[in-house]
Amino acid sequence: MKIIYALFAAAFAALAIVPFAAPWLQFVLTIAIAKGFAAVGVALLLRAGLISIGHAMFYAAGAYTAAFIVLWSGISDLFVLLIASTLVTAAIGALVGAYLVRYRAIFFAMLNLAVSMVFFALLSKLYGITGGTDGLRVPVPTVLGTTLTKAGFDIVLFYVALALMAIIAGLGVQFLKSPLGHAVGAIHTNEVRLEYLGVSAWSVLLIAYTISAALAGLGGAIAAVSIGHVLPEYAYWTESGHLVLTAVLGGIGGVAGPFIGSIFLEIVHTVAVGVAHNAWNLIMGATLLLVIFFLPQGLYGLVTKSADKTSSAKLGENKS
Amino acid sequence: MLDMALPLIMDALANAALIFFVAVGLTLVFSVQRILNVAHGSFYSIGAYIAASMGLWLISAGLNPWLSFPALLLSAALVAMVLGPLVERTLIRWTYGRHEAIQILVTFGLFLILEDLQRLVFGVRSIYQDTPMALLGVTEIGGIFYLNYQLLLIVLALAVLFGMRFLIKHTRLGRLLVAVVADREVSLAMGINTDRAFVLAFTLGVFLAALGGALATPTTGVAPGLGAETMVLAFAVAAIGGLGQIEGAAVASIIVAGAKVLAVYYAPAFDTVAPFLVMLAVLLVRPNGLFGTATTRKI
Amino acid sequence: MSQPLLKAESLTIAFAGIKAADNVSLEIEKGEFLAIIGPNGSGKTTFLNLCTGYIRPVSGEVYLEGEPITGWAPRRIARQGIARAFQIPQLFTDQTVRSNLLLGIASRQGVWDGLKPLARRRYQEEADELLELLGLSAHADAIAGTLPEGLRKLADITLALALKPRLLLLDEPTSGVSALERFSIMETLMNAMRTKGLTALFVEHDMEIVERYADRVLVWNSGSILAQGKPAEVLQDPRVVETVVGVA
Repeated sequence: MKIIYALFAAAFAALAIVPFAAPWLQFVLTIAIAKGFAAVGVALLLRAGLISIGHAMFYAAGAYTAAFIVLWSGISDLFVLLIASTLVTAAIGALVGAYLVRYRAIFFAMLNLAVSMVFFALLSKLYGITGGTDGLRVPVPTVLGTTLTKAGFDIVLFYVALALMAIIAGLGVQFLKSPLGHAVGAIHTNEVRLEYLGVSAWSVLLIAYTISAALAGLGGAIAAVSIGHVLPEYAYWTESGHLVLTAVLGGIGGVAGPFIGSIFLEIVHTVAVGVAHNAWNLIMGATLLLVIFFLPQGLYGLVTKSADKTSSAKLGENKS
Repeated sequence: MLDMALPLIMDALANAALIFFVAVGLTLVFSVQRILNVAHGSFYSIGAYIAASMGLWLISAGLNPWLSFPALLLSAALVAMVLGPLVERTLIRWTYGRHEAIQILVTFGLFLILEDLQRLVFGVRSIYQDTPMALLGVTEIGGIFYLNYQLLLIVLALAVLFGMRFLIKHTRLGRLLVAVVADREVSLAMGINTDRAFVLAFTLGVFLAALGGALATPTTGVAPGLGAETMVLAFAVAAIGGLGQIEGAAVASIIVAGAKVLAVYYAPAFDTVAPFLVMLAVLLVRPNGLFGTATTRKI
Repeated sequence: MSQPLLKAESLTIAFAGIKAADNVSLEIEKGEFLAIIGPNGSGKTTFLNLCTGYIRPVSGEVYLEGEPITGWAPRRIARQGIARAFQIPQLFTDQTVRSNLLLGIASRQGVWDGLKPLARRRYQEEADELLELLGLSAHADAIAGTLPEGLRKLADITLALALKPRLLLLDEPTSGVSALERFSIMETLMNAMRTKGLTALFVEHDMEIVERYADRVLVWNSGSILAQGKPAEVLQDPRVVETVVGVA
């Protein structure tokens, strides 16, 4: 396991010098990390055996919350925006989750899809509030009272995102080892037994769902201030599909997986976009199929191949 | 009042017919294979592209424009015969008995691939081909004009509904499918060729989706994103009717189309929300849909 | 304080018109090891399902030390101290046996701790003690799903014990294992029961096991109690011999 930590430290150091070594990657990586947060959220639910094809709605909710706060209240501090967006999205997640986590399997998938489509349609139709299909422009936030240029802000945002990624990854690792983290996995392997241990699967899932929504909201808020523009398309169902894809590609075994998946995808996308603009989805679809067929633990599974079996989760194992 | 309501009802029914074709295919595949096929909407848009292209070719080749009617059917059959067995034999088969998350992801991968293949083959511009609708013209009843093509759609949808009923109740293939749906292990033990049942059911599902797409071309243009849009709509209809319920899909099509048309006329901001609001409302009360049945787990 | 640990009063439930419990009343005293026998489909497992809240009776009440628990959800009943082991072992099959137990132990306080590790010392020690008691120490680090049936049954029972229950319900603890293994499972189990001073109700179809281990036996037939009493007496009862023993 020591080698893995060394690898992570090296990867983190490499990411930290990106603004100087490869400035063109800075924006790409900020977005990759933002989407990585959402993918971690999706992965958490996948560990419980639940697939959500609607999580992009929380990504969009975080993004629009950030936009609304700036546009309505005039408060534009980066940290206030990130915290408030995360909390608001967590609240929305708890509300939606309270209804949805009673369902399993395809019913859960379908209901998430339905809610997200309602959300998407409202975002695109309520012109007066959401700006409709044009979306909303988000001005450059201030940082702790300091007004920065867009370029300066982007560098700060990159490091904030990087730091948040490290914090979330650390907390995530602890969470997965904790009783609650185990209970989430137990819902997948044997929900009946969990209930017979006196544990309410509904409550466990509601917490997991709320956390996953909050993570997606945080990612959305980062994306909103990074891109400076929020659009209804953030919530479209294909985006939700991409989040699941990212999580599975990276691997749902650990917290690192979804981030690895997200960074990998965004970089390859940036490189490939010039070469094969109209074939990007095709490449991604084919990659997804290859990963599912040949690499059930995702890219992260390559790193931890020798690690102990108990901590690695394969998608769709032990259907019972 | 009636002269205002009648065109609305016609609009709704014609819309319902188009949604029904694709939703019933989705529900059929679900009931036989137990798979929620996220790529189902792509078969619809591929059917639409092929039909529109074929129609345009017919016109440009100077052939009899009435040939565009059989061309609609032919393109759906073509899509089904090529893609149905190919996709089922390779991808779908692999997912049988696996976790729903895997099944959904595999079909999502397929969806992504098919979306880009359509872009590469048909380009990103919208294609429009309304010869069949123009040929059929309109009928005037009591001072109101009706598009004959809409009537044709409704008749065809009814034909599909009763055809499916007949197929399932009175044919060998139908009994085969019912047996497979009822109990896969038992059917296997009884020597029923489930492989064949799966290929046939899936191909029929693809055909129905492609037929919906082909029949929709005269009423609307075909452009990228159509498959994704149709997918969620078919999803909503299938869920409202109860996954696996053919009559349920028919009723749900009418409900969804009705809600949509009402929204268009009275609250245009909500036309795209309507189907999903209905879906949420129905599933809130009946999680298995209007006509679905619940299953419980034994310990 | 002489009230029974569990009391069922006039329980009735039917499936598709067939009565699985027809006005059944019974009591379980503290410290006793009560066996329920009866032909297949007579409603034995249904009675366990009723006691644990998996299904609700049409009428009747279940009391745990005088407190009515009828119609409560399984998790609430489990928290009140009725633990259940299953006929088909219900384990977290992708986890080690120890990890299964740790979750069981942690669940007594609820599992709401999302930061400190599940594998903390206090839980570890308790798990090790249970593993030792049930003779599973050698298999502590095996993935639960990979164990042979007999060990999985033991692990399943151990997981129920991790709840420190007031009453343990066992659904055919020795079914699906070899004749030889049966007695070793029962010996281990009885030893654990005595050590912990537990009360247990177990559904069983093996008469030899019932005769040897049960304090009291209750014969179930078509949803009602045909006979009850000391195993030696009840198993000689001609009616019992006809309906149960003869078949088994």
